Amino acid sequence: MNPARIAAILLRQLYLYRGSAARVVPLFAWVTIDMVLWGFMTKFLSSLAHTTYRFVPALLGAVLFWDFMTRVMQGVTTAFFEDVWSRNFLNIFATPITMSEYIAGLLLSSLSTSLVGLGVMIAVASAAFGLSFAAYGVIALPFVFVLLLSGMALGVTAIAIVLRFGPAAEWFIWPIPALLSPFACVYYPLSTLPIHLQWFARLLPPTYVFEGLRAAVAGHGFKGSLLVTALPLAGAYILLAYGIFARVFRHALQSGLITRYSAETVS
Amino acid sequence: MTLPYPLARQPLSANAPVLRVENLCKHYGQVEAIKGISFRVFPGEIVGLLGVNGAGKTTTISMLLGVLEPTAGSIELSSVNLLRHRSQALAETNFAAVYAPLPGNLTVYQNLRVFALLYGVQDFSARLQSVLDAFDLHRFRDTKCGVLSSGEQTRVGLAKALLSRPRVLLLDEPTASIDPASAREIRTTIRRFAAQEQTGVLWTSHNMYEVEEVCSRVLFLYQGEIVLEGDPRKLPSEYGKPTLEDLFILVTRQPLNREQSWRARPS
Repeated sequence: MNPARIAAILLRQLYLYRGSAARVVPLFAWVTIDMVLWGFMTKFLSSLAHTTYRFVPALLGAVLFWDFMTRVMQGVTTAFFEDVWSRNFLNIFATPITMSEYIAGLLLSSLSTSLVGLGVMIAVASAAFGLSFAAYGVIALPFVFVLLLSGMALGVTAIAIVLRFGPAAEWFIWPIPALLSPFACVYYPLSTLPIHLQWFARLLPPTYVFEGLRAAVAGHGFKGSLLVTALPLAGAYILLAYGIFARVFRHALQSGLITRYSAETVS
Repeated sequence: MTLPYPLARQPLSANAPVLRVENLCKHYGQVEAIKGISFRVFPGEIVGLLGVNGAGKTTTISMLLGVLEPTAGSIELSSVNLLRHRSQALAETNFAAVYAPLPGNLTVYQNLRVFALLYGVQDFSARLQSVLDAFDLHRFRDTKCGVLSSGEQTRVGLAKALLSRPRVLLLDEPTASIDPASAREIRTTIRRFAAQEQTGVLWTSHNMYEVEEVCSRVLFLYQGEIVLEGDPRKLPSEYGKPTLEDLFILVTRQPLNREQSWRARPS
C-alpha cells in the first residue's frame, strides 16, 4: 500500500470538513442529543426501579458504545458519498490508487471523525450524568475495538451496496444500525430474546460486547470468552465486507458502471 | 512480477510506443462496442481518435484509463500491462475530459494537491506553479472549482492532467467548452508539453480544424472498428475530399458502401 495515496483520501476529507459547518456540526450534534435524551431516560428509570442495578453505565453506556459503532459505519459511507455527490469516480479510479488504498483512506477518515464523536459523548455523559468508565475497567478498550471493526465492516458493506445499486440505495443503508440493534442486545441481555433469535444475535460481534459490558457493570468481572469470540468474528466480517466490495467493484469495472454511475445501472 | 513504486522512469526510445493497444474488444452482452482495435502511440506524438457520437471513442478511453475492463485484448502504458499491473500502469497516464470535472467543493489548489498525492508527484510546488502558469489559473488558485465557468473548469482539468507529467495523455474533447482564443492557447500548451516531455497524446475531438492543427496521425473509429488511419493533412486529398471534415462525413455517413466509396483509394 502506498501511504501517500491513502493520505490523499484523508486530505480530501480534511479539506471538506475544514470549509463546511454542515459537515462538522453532525460530528457531535446528534450524539450529544442522544446522550442528553438517554441520560434523562436513565435517570428516570433509576428513580422508578429502586434497585441496585446501575442504569447509567449499563444503559447510557450501551447507547454511547452503540452510537460509536454507528458513527464508524456512517464515517465510511459519508466519505464514500463525497465521491458520489461530486461525481468523482472517474477522476479517482483512473489514478494509480488501489482498491485497498481507497478503502484504507475511507476507514482512517471514519476513525478520525468517529473519535471526535466518541470524545464528545464521553464528555457529555460524564459531565452531565456521571458516567464513569471505571465501571467497565480496561476491558472497555478491546470491546470498543470490536465495535470499531464491526462499524467498519458495516460501512464497507454499505458502500458496496451503494456502488452496486446506485446512489438512491443510500436509503437502504442509513437504517442498517437501527435494524441490527434489537438483535445486538444493546439494551437488554441476550437471554431476553427468543431462542431462535439468540442464534442470529450470536452471529453479531456487538452482542458479545454488550454482554461483556453488562457483566462488568454487574460486578461479574471480565469474561474473556466473549472477547475471544467477538474479536475473530469482527475480523471475519471485515474480510467478508472487503470481499463483497472487491466483487462489486470488479463488476462495476466490467459493466462500465464506474464511468456511468449517474445512470445508477447499466443493465 | 511486482514493479517498484514509484516506477522508475525508463529512458524513452522513439521506436518504443508509450501506448500499445492490441486486439482490444468490449462487449456488452451481445453488443460489440469495440471490435478488436489495435494501435500505437509513440513518444511526443499526438494522435487523433475520431468518430461520430457512439463510435466507441469514450469506451476506448475508459478502457485505457482502467475504469472499464476490456472483454479481450491488451493495453500497455509505457510497456506496463494495464490489466496485470493496474496501479503501476496508471501512474504513467493522466487524462482530461469535459464530462469529468474535478470536485466543485474543493478549490483549485486543494484538488491539485489531492491528485498530486494520488499520482505520486514528487515536486508538487514546482509542478503547481508550472500548470497554473500554463493554463492561466493563478487568480483561481483558492477558488472552489464549482463556481468556475465551464471553460475554467476544463482548464483546471487539463492542469490536473499535466500535473503528473504523464507518459501517456488522454484528452477527450479537451477544448469542447473553450472559446477559440483560449482553445488555441491550450493547443499550443499541449503541443509544447508533448514535445518537451515526449508524452504520447491520444486526442478526441469533433473539431476537424483542431485535429488538423495538432495531430500528426488520426484514427477513424466507426462502430467500434478503426476503419481509416493516416496523416490528417494528407488523408482528405488521398480520398478525393477537400477537407478533413468532408472525409469525416464520408467515412461516417456511408457505412453501407464504404468499401467502394472510401476504403479503396482513388487512382
